[in-house]
Amino acid sequence: MRYLPLTDADRSSMLDRIGVSSVDDLFVDVPAVGQFDGAFDLPDHMAEFDVERLMSAMANRNITTADVPSFLGAGAYRHHVPASVDYLIQRGEFLTSYTPYQPEISQGTLQALFEFQSMVALITGMDVANASMYDGATSCAEAVLMARRVTRRNRAVVSGSVHPHYSAVTETQAKYVDIDIDIREPDLDGTEDLTDLIDDQTACVVVQNPGIFGHVRDLSSLASHCQENGALLIVVVTEVVSLGALQSPGAMGADVVVAEGQSIGNPQGFGGPYVGLFAARQKYVRQMPGRLCGETTDVDGKRGWVLTLSTREQHIRREKATSNICTNAGLCALAFTIHLALLGENGFRDMAMLNHARASKLADLLEAVDGVEVLPQAFFNEFAVRLSKPAGDVVNALAAKGVLAGVPASRLYGVGTDLDNILMIAASELTSADDMDALVDALSEELS
Amino acid sequence: MSHSRDLSRGISPASTGMLGTVHGHQGLQLEEPLLFEIDNPGAIGVDLPEPGDFILRLGGLERNGEIGLPCVSEPEVVRHYTRLSQKNYAIDMGTYPLGSCTMKHNPRLNEKMVRLPGFANAHPLQPEATVQGAFELIDGVAYWLKQLTGMPAIAMSPGAGAHGELCGVMAIRAALDDREGGPTKRRRILVPDSAHGTNPATAAVCGFSVDTIPSDARGRVDVKAFAEKLDDDVAGIMITNPNTCGLFEPDMIEIAELIHNAGGYFYCDGANFNAIVGRVRPGDLGIDCMHINLHKTFSTPHGGGGPGAGPVVLSDALAPFAPVPWVVHGEKGFSLVEHPDAAGEAKPFGRLKGFHGQMGMFVRAYAYMLSHGRDGLRQVANDAVLNANYVMSCLSNVMTPSFEGPCMHECLFDDRFLKDTGVSTLDFAKAMLDEGYHPMTMYFPLVVHGAMLIEPTETESKRGLDEFVAVMRALVDRAKAGDSSAFAAAPTMTPRRRLDETTAAREPILRWSPEVLAAETAK
Ligand SMILES: Cc1ncc(COP(=O)(O)O)c(C=O)c1O
Repeated sequence: MRYLPLTDADRSSMLDRIGVSSVDDLFVDVPAVGQFDGAFDLPDHMAEFDVERLMSAMANRNITTADVPSFLGAGAYRHHVPASVDYLIQRGEFLTSYTPYQPEISQGTLQALFEFQSMVALITGMDVANASMYDGATSCAEAVLMARRVTRRNRAVVSGSVHPHYSAVTETQAKYVDIDIDIREPDLDGTEDLTDLIDDQTACVVVQNPGIFGHVRDLSSLASHCQENGALLIVVVTEVVSLGALQSPGAMGADVVVAEGQSIGNPQGFGGPYVGLFAARQKYVRQMPGRLCGETTDVDGKRGWVLTLSTREQHIRREKATSNICTNAGLCALAFTIHLALLGENGFRDMAMLNHARASKLADLLEAVDGVEVLPQAFFNEFAVRLSKPAGDVVNALAAKGVLAGVPASRLYGVGTDLDNILMIAASELTSADDMDALVDALSEELS
Repeated sequence: MSHSRDLSRGISPASTGMLGTVHGHQGLQLEEPLLFEIDNPGAIGVDLPEPGDFILRLGGLERNGEIGLPCVSEPEVVRHYTRLSQKNYAIDMGTYPLGSCTMKHNPRLNEKMVRLPGFANAHPLQPEATVQGAFELIDGVAYWLKQLTGMPAIAMSPGAGAHGELCGVMAIRAALDDREGGPTKRRRILVPDSAHGTNPATAAVCGFSVDTIPSDARGRVDVKAFAEKLDDDVAGIMITNPNTCGLFEPDMIEIAELIHNAGGYFYCDGANFNAIVGRVRPGDLGIDCMHINLHKTFSTPHGGGGPGAGPVVLSDALAPFAPVPWVVHGEKGFSLVEHPDAAGEAKPFGRLKGFHGQMGMFVRAYAYMLSHGRDGLRQVANDAVLNANYVMSCLSNVMTPSFEGPCMHECLFDDRFLKDTGVSTLDFAKAMLDEGYHPMTMYFPLVVHGAMLIEPTETESKRGLDEFVAVMRALVDRAKAGDSSAFAAAPTMTPRRRLDETTAAREPILRWSPEVLAAETAK
């Protein structure tokens, strides 16, 4: 087998050295019932080209966003990832190293993490960021748990602007640790007002900007209301490119920002692995979950980096840790860092504006289609529309015609709510004029 | 501590007698500033078309002022991260015997497969009919894992091992609540003292208290002590098998019976599944759930800290409580159950992750499984265990193995052999860096003093192991010869020498910032 260096000759000389006659003698501690000697219903080993053939056939059974015009978003976005990003993250020194627990021989990973943390803090308008979480949704749940630790209160309000996967994950993680969580009704028109729900028992308020239906809102009055009541404002960002065009959540008064970083550097990949961003104000740093990389010097006085403040973490603090996370999203964070490095200040802003321009143009075109009503006035690169028919059926019909029209709200909220006719439509720098025409034509036909 | 741009600080040519340290480079060891320090306003690494005319609809909330990101061209970015990469150790470079982490070879076929456009460009919320291949793949990986573990059900969505633990422990909690028709009174989880830190941390984030069970003199769970702790407030036990001492828990059947009779559930931490894959089905040992780190046993790359994937196999008792989503196969092909109210008889405890799990890791793991096949996977376990026992037998007369008898895929030593040498486990590990090795896991598990946990994995050759053994023996000789100051000074040949972790934690600098830089320059 190509991945196994030992030959039979190696094996027998090693067994001699150990002083046993067969490898079975090394498994003596396994009780007889545990010694499996049946046959698995699985194939035997395969040549590399056979694996490739089989898996390519499987991949080819998908019609993807690269094959046909696509307008899907709702937390995962199609953007161009520069070739050098994918090349660099595949360098073995990055790809095949472990968590940088030995800083002397992990300065590459550590410095990149420090750059990642710096970039995340800058774009979110926060003081500090950690070295990543599994994804945006788990990051959101961790933020609510942190708010509880910080405020010692146990009530959380989750806005109807928040992606249902994020609220579901948060609710799931909260339910066995006595956090009383109030998930608000879907905020379809972007006018939700949470102020009456916030009092001196509220640990945190979670809102998403842009919201799940696309609305861009000014959060500053909500932020001051939270502050007056001693509650933390947690802002969720599911499309991180928006931070290149919009005022940062920090500037609007957020205490914690959690985001999905997939859009920068990472493919849609059918949902993962992605990279959860977690950023907060400095005063919360010792309550944050996850790894942190910090600057220091070595014995020669040279600048270097280490993992730090580990007394928050499970390997030191065990059941008193701030989170149970260990493995995070290191390589996806690296892809994020390299892509954002390439974009830089101007590229990031230009990319964001280009996304907005494409979406704004698309909204213009759709507004002219009978049976389509664009809902948000202000949005970034995604907006909800109300169709004259159930959106799930329309999406299926358009898929059959070779257009991936977007995400029907029913996909996230279930069928049979008053959101059945709502469709979420996203554009990006990759959305061409032809793509837009294809959507407009197909929708007009389907809705007529 | 400073943000100085002077990277040559500390390397004085006069003191070393060397030439060529103008910028701190030493031969092929190249110094590299922070990206922020090579900022060149006006430079850019990506070309974008002009947006053309459009109506601005940002609601008056557009960003004003600079973000503060650096401007760098593509060649400079490529060089920057290439240089950074060269400061890392990696499996591609050499033996990485980090116990409990299973740092095996990461086949590049896996990377090629995950980049197939049909997988890479699939959006998670496409209509089901357009992504049948993706569902087929998830279903395929699920089937392999169920076969290999002998368990009837699986939850695929957890993001890594610890997240899988959370999934399993939540399923236990949900099953107990369901059985008792309300919040369970069983709030105690038993965890051996040798457990990985994520086990107690997971129990705690799920609202359980943690009760520690001691290990016995053989490095196994002390079954008598465990039995004495059983009471009607015990929710379950979390046992790692093979355990973190690299030993198989021989009393699994008895433990399973005891916990089940006491009304609790059996969580098995499967981080060390590599030792037994294809030879032992944990399902035959009476467990209720087990997470599998695809980034260990199934060769998906660690990537400097992640991502991973931690699917959890479940017994019939826990299966109904698995979180959404899951793939089902019906007449019209594959589809997805995404909402608890569409779950039929099942009673999912909720959702653990956005979308459907770590698809990219499933693709990689599937390429690995198919490559090995059932026969190859059994050989993986055999060779992993053989390699670890070989290393143990070659070192046991100079180092001190903590326990007698054969080990599984990793061998555990403690620091008794260093007694009176003045060399600590840490010093010993740092000396290994100068010899070109990543050290073994140190000071874990906590049950032996100055632990050194060596896991070679099956992808090391005999020649590689012989070289490793020779290095270890030479270092032991040096330590015993009274050379402790050399150990205390190690490493000396690495991109950085020992770093000041105390100051890093006391005065944390966690990001670059223009203010700190300005202050430093002004000084
Ligand atoms: C025994 C054991 N359990 C659990 C874990 C946690 O796994 P992960 O890092 O994937 O969350 C590890 C990983 O280091 C481990 O070694």
